[in-house]
Amino acid sequence: MTGGAPRETVIRHRVWVRLTHWLNAAAFLALLVSGTAILLALPRLFWGETGTLGAPAAFELPLPVNLEQTGWGRNLHFLAAWVLVLNGLAYLVLSLRSGHIVRALVPDRDQLAPAHLGREIADHARLRRPRGRETLRYNALQKIAYLAVILLLFPLMVLTGLTMSPGFTTAFPELFTLFGGRQSARTLHFIAASLLVLFLLVHVAQVFVGGAANLMRSMITGRFVVPPAGPEHPETPDA
Amino acid sequence: MRDLSRRRLLTGSVTLAGAGLVGGCDAPALSHLATPYDWSNGLTFAVQRWLLRRQPLVREFDRSAISAVFPTINTTDPDDAGYRRSKALGFADWHLPVTGLVERPGLFSLAALKAMPTRTQVTLHSCEQGWSAIAEWTGVPLAHLLATVGLKPQARFIVIRSVDGWWDSYDLFDALHPQTILAYGMNGADLPISHGAPLRLRVERQLGYKSLKYIASIEAVEGVDGYGKGRGSMVAELGFPWYAGI
Repeated sequence: MTGGAPRETVIRHRVWVRLTHWLNAAAFLALLVSGTAILLALPRLFWGETGTLGAPAAFELPLPVNLEQTGWGRNLHFLAAWVLVLNGLAYLVLSLRSGHIVRALVPDRDQLAPAHLGREIADHARLRRPRGRETLRYNALQKIAYLAVILLLFPLMVLTGLTMSPGFTTAFPELFTLFGGRQSARTLHFIAASLLVLFLLVHVAQVFVGGAANLMRSMITGRFVVPPAGPEHPETPDA
Repeated sequence: MRDLSRRRLLTGSVTLAGAGLVGGCDAPALSHLATPYDWSNGLTFAVQRWLLRRQPLVREFDRSAISAVFPTINTTDPDDAGYRRSKALGFADWHLPVTGLVERPGLFSLAALKAMPTRTQVTLHSCEQGWSAIAEWTGVPLAHLLATVGLKPQARFIVIRSVDGWWDSYDLFDALHPQTILAYGMNGADLPISHGAPLRLRVERQLGYKSLKYIASIEAVEGVDGYGKGRGSMVAELGFPWYAGI
């Protein structure tokens, strides 16, 4: 960015996207911490309706047992769950009504061409960041990951969470059929949470690959400086 | 309006629209909104009361689903002189006082409770610690006992105490639910000591900590403000919500 060419600055994310993004981030972090606290009371996973300390487990997590953290853990978990659910519903309504989900998250036709996808995978493998106006849209792998998180993993988290609620399942016993029982839902809740943590790690790593200051600013104030289109690194010429 | 809702419950009508919400505003889940946790737990309570407004039953299982392992937590053999004496006598001298806002307060022996209409249900018990297990419970519906003593119109909550010092309260929405029973039998035998003999509560639509063991007394009250810190239960004072339908 030392050249004399004028830098192009755009509003990369609308205010409601930024707001729901950070609310979701805060709620997810609180759910992760409190969920771990709750998990430590029984760090074993079961399949079916039942599962207890003395019963055979499908999987035993290498974690210490701690029965003392479920009080604050559960309170924080359900407070954050309400924030996540209400914020997520607001996001879905706004992004469907505004067309954001189609415009920003559904891969464009040209992005789905095998040659393009192949180049994206190669670029990701070499941690090469997009440049120029290509930075104004998400790449196809990014879009697919975001859609999977928004439309699959988070709904799965919420539904498996609700399957652990004795009150909610009395009203909707179909959830037991859907997930195979209360303990199955607990296990799926853990697996989906682990996948979300994996997503978060890649997501944060990509922010650093793509330019942390610029990307963070664009998600806070909205302002994003479009990187110059020319070859930035002569040692990796454009394919 | 309140009495109407209550009467509908008592007569077993399924048109309970609004009863949970109307009757719930002075419930501990909504009467102490101090912290963000109180608000989110109160929201959960209000939403679930609306979802359960038609008083559906929880699933019941076949006896073949009964779990081989059913953990016992907290007190498993109360260290109380009166309890130990009763236990030695096979609870022959044990009596349950039912008092408060009732027309005919009384003392009920275990034999008297067993002579009442029974209900047997095989249900899934879920603990706040994360475990769950299935057992068969046999007992008398709490609604029947309350009908026997005759709830006064102003009675809104049922306060239940156990011999080990625990206490909790239940609004009539849960107290009068058909699956809310005072159980004296488990898995076809007498209720074991470790599971709360001679009498424990089953509140099937909430977490296990609402199903008090070792019941010592039952009292019908108008409000729970004068009980403990007014939060509706002993565990609410330790940070566990009064309403545990999560």
